[in-house]
Amino acid sequence: MRLSVKDTDRCVGCQSCMFACNRRQGEAGLARTCIGVHSLGGMERGFTVVVCRACDDPPCLKVCPTDALRIRKGGGVLLDSNSCIGCGHCREACIIKAVFWAEEINKPMICIHCGICSKFCPHGVIKLEEEKEVTYAQR
Amino acid sequence: MLRDDPLANVLYIDLTKKSYRIVHREDLFEKYLGGAGVAACLLNEECPENCDPLAPESPIIFTVGPLTGLFPLASKTTAFFKSPLTGNLGESHCGGRSAIAIRSAGFGAVVIKGASLTPVYIAVHGNRVYFRNASTLWGMVSSFTVGRIIRENETGAGVRTIMRIGGAGENLVSYACVTTETYRHFGRLGLGAVFGSKKLKGLVVSGTHSLPVEDKKLFREVYDEIYNAAVTSTVMKKYHDLGTAENINPLNEIGGLPTRNLLATRMEKAKDISGEDLAEHFLGRRLACSHCPVGCIHIAALREPYVDEAYFYKTSMISYDYEPIYALGSMLGIDDPKGLLKLIEWVEKWAMDAMSAGVVLAWATEAQDRGIISEQETGLKLAWGDYAVYKEALQKIVVQENDLYKALARGLDYTVSRYGGADFALAFGGCEMPGYHTGPGAHLGVLIGARHSHLDNAGYSYDQKVIAKRMPEAREIAQELIKEERWRQILSSVVVCFFARGIYTPEVILKALKVAGYNLTNEDLDRMGREIHRIKYDFKMREGFSFEGLRLPKRIFETPGPFGQVDEGFLRKAIEEAKREIYPG
Repeated sequence: MRLSVKDTDRCVGCQSCMFACNRRQGEAGLARTCIGVHSLGGMERGFTVVVCRACDDPPCLKVCPTDALRIRKGGGVLLDSNSCIGCGHCREACIIKAVFWAEEINKPMICIHCGICSKFCPHGVIKLEEEKEVTYAQR
Repeated sequence: MLRDDPLANVLYIDLTKKSYRIVHREDLFEKYLGGAGVAACLLNEECPENCDPLAPESPIIFTVGPLTGLFPLASKTTAFFKSPLTGNLGESHCGGRSAIAIRSAGFGAVVIKGASLTPVYIAVHGNRVYFRNASTLWGMVSSFTVGRIIRENETGAGVRTIMRIGGAGENLVSYACVTTETYRHFGRLGLGAVFGSKKLKGLVVSGTHSLPVEDKKLFREVYDEIYNAAVTSTVMKKYHDLGTAENINPLNEIGGLPTRNLLATRMEKAKDISGEDLAEHFLGRRLACSHCPVGCIHIAALREPYVDEAYFYKTSMISYDYEPIYALGSMLGIDDPKGLLKLIEWVEKWAMDAMSAGVVLAWATEAQDRGIISEQETGLKLAWGDYAVYKEALQKIVVQENDLYKALARGLDYTVSRYGGADFALAFGGCEMPGYHTGPGAHLGVLIGARHSHLDNAGYSYDQKVIAKRMPEAREIAQELIKEERWRQILSSVVVCFFARGIYTPEVILKALKVAGYNLTNEDLDRMGREIHRIKYDFKMREGFSFEGLRLPKRIFETPGPFGQVDEGFLRKAIEEAKREIYPG
């Protein structure tokens, strides 16, 4: 299973997904969210939803000096928090900026595709899906 | 409250010294939760008696509450200040990302005092405060552009608020607003002018502080209950579908929509500027405040050709709501939706309160018709429906090019003290009227409401629910409205959006507060509501408010409402009853 952003034009910017993700970790607020919604340079232009897209060959994993990241079945990575030294290389490696950061504990926050955010999206912007979309011919 | 909750942190910023300090004020947040309750106490502490609202020592206070960042629809920030419009209690609420940003930065309140010699904007990132030079931004015509520049300059995209003023605030127009996130406002009572008087162009706040909860399981249960109620409620659906503009047609049909300075209560072509028609022809996007699944903010896409070149267009995104449509539409006899949207856009750019602006222009139009003010003074031929001339008039108010426009920039009460025409000057307690001529409840509500806002006690709703069926005693209506206003002190102290008042019942609020570490009872809420209301009123009395001194413009008794004529004697009596209810003995 993986999380998929279906249609950002339906997004009203309520950020309920961000709060849901954070709540999963037993806290209120937004300090530990693994999904981000921000405007495209002003609310008049609508929103972008930033979240891990479950790469098959994740760049974040390749740059981890302590092997704290391992491949997740279905794509993306899982973090072993004990091994993580908070160097931030993974954050640098992700070109869609989907590695978020918990400043207070100095650790990356990366989506595990649990789908709780999609349950709290009132407007059908994000969905948890079985298969990854394929937009190119498979070899 | 929870011991590790950053809510108790109050950030005090001194613009004169360009310094700041953070003080733990658990005492205040334990006593009155947050929002209006805490802000009212801070205003008492910080605002010297009889101080000039535009003096350096006049404070600006922002507060959020224990439910902010925890539960949906707890999306508002309350601002307290001394109003340059009324010279008394200033209170204004705003959503956008403001509440979540202040809470996530690790504060329950921000207090700004002093004044800068040169223009600055303040950036608060977590527990760091930066004073940025804003000389380049000062004098910039559009608040949109100012927002764009600050956005580029600062970090925290998605989790920050960018409050700013426009030309009206810089020029100290008494009803200048503070705009956040392009489309939301601390609209009423002139906070923008207080910013301007301090040479404060904007305030950016961001942060990533984590927020504790008492019981994780209970947190999820209460959250789900509130969230599910919000996304399935019919009231919320109404706000999501057409937004507050939905009220134009029904108000017009019953004959309660103030039209052409309340000479009428129906506009022939009101349908053209109704929520339904605007949605069908212009709605381009809907937006939400942070942590609100409803998304009531409606944005029109207005496509216009440039006149100097063929096939060259611009598309403007303009936010519309019931109140701006009333004040800049029906009140000015404007039924051309494109003209209305353009006028709203200019009010947005200059950043002034749409309601006061529209009502001031409506008075000026009638005053010019009656010869109280001359075309020589206005420099314009003000005429119902002529949006282009109203745009020019607004610009003259912002620039204040002569004595008349200087007066108009100070609001109607001041203007009529100079020029006369009080009988048709529709301001109550010094604040220009909201869009309801539904009966005695609407007018009594804004007269006795602590901040003279229709949202203080929703008298317009009382008219439609009660007056429509029967005429109560003056004492009953006064008591009912005050009871509602006392309850609303709780809503604005925890702080939740008033649109969610049907969801946030006392029972739900008590459960939600438990998650935030408050063990309270219904009686506690009742007591707090009464006390907060009284603190606000005590401030008003200290600053010279008197029930007897309230000015009742004749116009509201001349133009019949949907349920008949409003009786002056009844309204006076109800005001006396209100005084007795607030100050017994």
